[in-house]
Amino acid sequence: MTEATSDRPTGGGVDPKLLEILVCPVSKGPLEYDSARQELISRSAKLAYPIRDGIPIMLPEEARRLD
Amino acid sequence: MTLSLRRIVLNALFRWAAIRATLANMSSGPVIFDRPLLRARCRRAERLGVSDFLIARVAEDLAERLSAVMRRFDTAVALGASGEVVSRALMTTGKVGTIVSANAWAKFAPDCPLAVVADEEALPFQDGAIDLVASALTLQFVNDLPGALVQIRRALRPDGLLLAALAGGETLTELRQAFAQAEAEIDDGISPRVAPFADLRALGSLLQRAGFALPVTDIDRVTVRYSSPLALMYDLRRMGATNGLLERSRKPLRRATLRRMIEIYGERFADADGRVRATFEIVWLSGWAPHASQQPPLTPGSAQRRLADALGTKEQPAGEKAAR
Repeated sequence: MTEATSDRPTGGGVDPKLLEILVCPVSKGPLEYDSARQELISRSAKLAYPIRDGIPIMLPEEARRLD
Repeated sequence: MTLSLRRIVLNALFRWAAIRATLANMSSGPVIFDRPLLRARCRRAERLGVSDFLIARVAEDLAERLSAVMRRFDTAVALGASGEVVSRALMTTGKVGTIVSANAWAKFAPDCPLAVVADEEALPFQDGAIDLVASALTLQFVNDLPGALVQIRRALRPDGLLLAALAGGETLTELRQAFAQAEAEIDDGISPRVAPFADLRALGSLLQRAGFALPVTDIDRVTVRYSSPLALMYDLRRMGATNGLLERSRKPLRRATLRRMIEIYGERFADADGRVRATFEIVWLSGWAPHASQQPPLTPGSAQRRLADALGTKEQPAGEKAAR
């Protein structure tokens, strides 16, 4: 749904301002930014939220489960 | 020994099941809205060309209300599917620094640099990180509104503001009544076709219960005139606001029921020129995250002077009627 001509950093990761205010929506715990995999990792909920085109997808059902 | 081991294993299983259940369904209250369906409806609206007169009115009102607030907001969140329109309205006020657009629809304006996909029912914001949460015509479709309001309040910095508009109790009352009567006459019974919307007083007390200070609610009633009920229904489709209830009837709407509904609507809610009325009730909510600078109520009995003196009258003891 997002356009290629956006001002958002594409592939270059997520805006640091956004990282400052985001937490895990399930546990409200802190997130770790994995820039290589483009994921936000919540250790407390054992979930990895994907980042697509610089947009964090903070939905538990879209997250990868960590074991 | 084996018994206690069994208990430990069972306990672990139960805990695991509980966590799974929490993950699957964040809200513990009743589930009213089929949110994936609503998302699909929004996408359909996009394809049809969005009917935006209502949201445009709300956005304009939002900007006006914010202009009256004598302070600046560094970090604002435009919450919900209408985030695009809301962000633009916030920008026009010049009172907002960074705007984060957040919705579960993954629908963002290309010129909005900060976007996050999030569900209103499970907000991903740190406690006290936001100065303003603004939302227009989306919170009426949240299953757990009390929970969402609590999460918003927690995400707000002390003295942060929530400013939201949502569809209220009388919204589409004509359509609701016409459908109910038609279904009662023609089908076996009534099925829910228009969502239950919260009323003003309930919303006011919800704000208070969610811990907001200085809560204010008011109503903007909009009557829209359509050429026919079908035109209204088509418009609702272009707003992404057709029936999204989980308990909706899964049987296709019968032609006879629809025809009867249109007749009833015309008989009861038409103007002299034949056009039909549709009510949209927009409830405005605002509340502040508590802060020491806000005026608190005085402790009862702490007054230094008597009210009667200020008014220049004689004080009457309680329980006795004032002399005429």
